Amino acid sequence: MPEWLTQLLTAGPVVTDGAWGTELQARGLPAGEIPDAWNLTRPERVAEVARAYVAAGSRVILTNTFGANRLRLAGHGLADRAAEIARRGVELSKQAAGTRARVFASIGPSGRMLLTGETTAAELTDAFTEQAQALAEGGADALVIETMSDLEEAKLALAAAQTTGLPVVVCMVFDSGRDKDRTLMGATPEQVARELTAAGADVIGANCGVGIERYVSVCRRLQAATDRPIWIKPNAGLPVLECGRVVYHTTPEEFARHVPELVAAGASFIGGCCGTNPDFIRAVCARLISA
Amino acid sequence: MQDLKALSDAILTGDAKTARDITEKALAAGVDPLVLVNEHMIPAMAEVGRRYECNEYFVPELLISARAMKSSLELIRPLLVASGREPAGRVAIGTVKGDLHDIGKNLVAAMLEGGGFEVIDLGVNVAPEQFVNAVREKNAQIVAMSALLTTTMPSMKTTIEALQAAGVRNKVKVLIGGAPITQRYADEIGADGYSENAPGAVTLARRALSLA
Repeated sequence: MPEWLTQLLTAGPVVTDGAWGTELQARGLPAGEIPDAWNLTRPERVAEVARAYVAAGSRVILTNTFGANRLRLAGHGLADRAAEIARRGVELSKQAAGTRARVFASIGPSGRMLLTGETTAAELTDAFTEQAQALAEGGADALVIETMSDLEEAKLALAAAQTTGLPVVVCMVFDSGRDKDRTLMGATPEQVARELTAAGADVIGANCGVGIERYVSVCRRLQAATDRPIWIKPNAGLPVLECGRVVYHTTPEEFARHVPELVAAGASFIGGCCGTNPDFIRAVCARLISA
Repeated sequence: MQDLKALSDAILTGDAKTARDITEKALAAGVDPLVLVNEHMIPAMAEVGRRYECNEYFVPELLISARAMKSSLELIRPLLVASGREPAGRVAIGTVKGDLHDIGKNLVAAMLEGGGFEVIDLGVNVAPEQFVNAVREKNAQIVAMSALLTTTMPSMKTTIEALQAAGVRNKVKVLIGGAPITQRYADEIGADGYSENAPGAVTLARRALSLA
């Protein structure tokens, strides 16, 4: 782990950012369009989201590059522009962050399943390596592999990300099984923490999911099974549709109320996923200051 | 005659080769294909669903069991069709317009095939007209729609409206699912059913066609 990251962590829990997709939709991104394409076509809108998080108090912001790999972009006819979209996404976040925040570049899942033969390990390795290299060229401080449901895919992405020499965060979604504490493929937090630790992830965590309350125990269990710092970015609960509009019922204050529990459970990085916005980050910061 | 319990076991453990071998031998020995399906295979898939509910099975186990079931059904289906006995029902499935996510949809399609349904997979980003055509031209009895994005959920409502406008809404059962979907949303848009997971979709489809 580089010196700057150790220093960042010694000051206490680090506030990261909130959702990007929903923020871009609020700025006019049409349903079904891939947000990453906006790095080329509407860079000023993307930069606005990044700046809003820095202004809200994020010490770490991510990038609009979640789907910037050739497998996902292929569905939108943009496969050959994957590297350019990824690089540009980091540049936009870097400009917004200045010296006030670190930029952890986002790598999301391929959207294809290894288990059904829709993709292969070699294809995933190529796609993630291309994405990770482009994010590093763009000037990322670290890489975040997020929203993974398959540990095998997460480990392939981790190995690809490690070729850049940057620190790598790997976080998975725990939303399955009777107690909603397993990945889609059935892995427990303990299994995820152990395997990712063995594979050399620098930070391990959980994101998305079914709401912040559920992630307190997931956080505790991850922490107990690894010596790595823990990264937590939950959803603002599950969305409901009201009068044709998508609404998340968790308020920033309700979300932030669980922050002390997450800190007690061992979280070193705290932010939000789907349905959260800069108001949630402000509320999280206020909670941490008052704690 | 080999014990047919081995067929259930092969489906439960996802052993496609054994499932197919036993089916082949049983058919050669003159066992009624419908007996194989109703007394051995469908109960095995129901047990897979039960184990999923109980945290014993997860998606990987579901997939390999469905694959084993399908390998047996490939031998049985032509015999049923030849003797004038139809599959459990015909389902047109797709991820709705604007949404390109197919993992959930593929999983449900695999489970439905494993449950004895004939599945017409319309793919992703499926326009309302394509669902309407599947009902009109291919006589689908069930329209199954998937959405992962909150922003594409409204396409489900649009599709139901299109089925109504085309005058075929009363000919089909509409089932929906996907991460942001809830029973409440299904009720709100007038869908006939919602399942929160893939094995549940099979039960739901059977119930919708009054097969269970």
